[in-house]
Amino acid sequence: MSWTPADPMVSINNVHKSFGELKVLNGVSLDVMKGDVICIIGPSGSGKSTLIRCVNALNDIQQGSILVEGQEVNDAKLDKLELRKKVGMVFQQYNLFPHKTALQNVMMAPIRVLKQDKASAEAKARALLKKVRLEGKEDAYPGELSGGQQQRVAIARSLAMQPDVMLFDEVTAALDPETVGEVLQTIKDLAEEGMTCILVTHEMGFAREVADHIYFTDRGVIVEHGPPDTFFQNAQDPRTQEFLSQIL
Amino acid sequence: MNKKTDMPVMLSKPIEAPYTPSALSYWHILPIIAAMMIIPSLAFSAAGDEQLSPLAVLKNWIPLLLEGFVFNLVISVCAMAVGTAAGTALGLGQISPNSLMRSGSWFVTQFFRNAPWLVLLFFAMFLLPFEFSIAGLTIPMPDWFKAIIGLSLPVMANVSEIVRGAIRSLPSGQWEAAESLAYTRRQTLWLVILPQCVKRMLPPWMNLYAILTMATVLASIVGVSEVMTLTGRALSAEGGRPDLLAPFYGFVLLLFFAYCYPIARYTLRLEKKFAVIN
Repeated sequence: MSWTPADPMVSINNVHKSFGELKVLNGVSLDVMKGDVICIIGPSGSGKSTLIRCVNALNDIQQGSILVEGQEVNDAKLDKLELRKKVGMVFQQYNLFPHKTALQNVMMAPIRVLKQDKASAEAKARALLKKVRLEGKEDAYPGELSGGQQQRVAIARSLAMQPDVMLFDEVTAALDPETVGEVLQTIKDLAEEGMTCILVTHEMGFAREVADHIYFTDRGVIVEHGPPDTFFQNAQDPRTQEFLSQIL
Repeated sequence: MNKKTDMPVMLSKPIEAPYTPSALSYWHILPIIAAMMIIPSLAFSAAGDEQLSPLAVLKNWIPLLLEGFVFNLVISVCAMAVGTAAGTALGLGQISPNSLMRSGSWFVTQFFRNAPWLVLLFFAMFLLPFEFSIAGLTIPMPDWFKAIIGLSLPVMANVSEIVRGAIRSLPSGQWEAAESLAYTRRQTLWLVILPQCVKRMLPPWMNLYAILTMATVLASIVGVSEVMTLTGRALSAEGGRPDLLAPFYGFVLLLFFAYCYPIARYTLRLEKKFAVIN
């Protein structure tokens, strides 16, 4: 029963989710091993964002099971705070706290949630901002930063909680084209350091480059999946082929 | 250089300044009030009586009237403080995850928001005891204290709506970001949501305060010795001379104007400033 690192870090099994009458997820299953980088792609409205929002219990599911390091997410007695300490999330709209500086955004949760002392939390926050190449922007407010810079602060903020898994929900979709590259580079660095990442993305070139495994979703089911080279060169399902022909 | 274009939208056109109500200055209102006070006085002094002139009478009473006005301000500040504290709690109740709490807070808010202020004041005046006992100690409850409670009820309901509105106006992403960082609901509210709401709440809150200040004169109806009560007493002490009415009530109007108008101007400035930022 107890989870070991040899088991999947995140194990999604036959998950069903609907918003009222609208069925969004129709039996999705996938496993993510420690250190894996997986990309979920698919047309808008296919349920990919909903799927990763279920992993940290921002959305609940009606049926099925999601295990994060062996902890069942679909459980009324779930300790959401414990789950969310293990799972970091970065959003399309960055969602930085606008009344706090970049540094405060990054160090606030470690101090308040993990009860770290202020000095060491600040030192770690500075190191993280340096890591995402934002040295010198510590005291800037989110409104003074470009979209790409804000998104990198958001990544640093999430990393400050020392999560075991990172979820990225279309994190470059709201960015100006010239700042997409810097954010993707940051994620790539993370992936190379062995961080377990689940990405929802429309950046096919990037998915191909960093992912260990690609999942294609449509209408709430996984239509096809495989390692990037096989997936992009040799898609079997007509829906996948059609989607790829529109995108590439 | 724009002259040659055949597209009218390309022609440069002066941008019209948005409509702003022209600001009244003190020198606008002073002559009006002065005229209100002086004209009836002139009429009566033309009658050739040997009474003191109305302005001289007013001058004698000014210290007392000012004292009464300060009492109005004390009532307004206290009612605002009580109403804001209770209203913030009620507003948070309106967004509580507990549905019983939510509907209860909603009902209380709507009930007191849609009640006439004067009725609430009477309600507090005649339903609250004139004294109460705590641990064998009997503490009298004076009229002015009841007036503060009575006036704080509508303030509470309005603050509740201001708080709820400000919280609802924040993008849901702020909640989600805080939740994914494992903040508790309480931490999310106090560290992330409410600090951002203060700025949004300030203009309507100041507006409410100006309205409350003007409503404090309602307390005269239930016998609190505030500026209106004192003005009435001063007038009857002077034998009810009709030529005194305009200068005395004009003076009271002037006091409220001098206090409330700057608040209104400042509120407008804050609103504009925040509109630019957002």
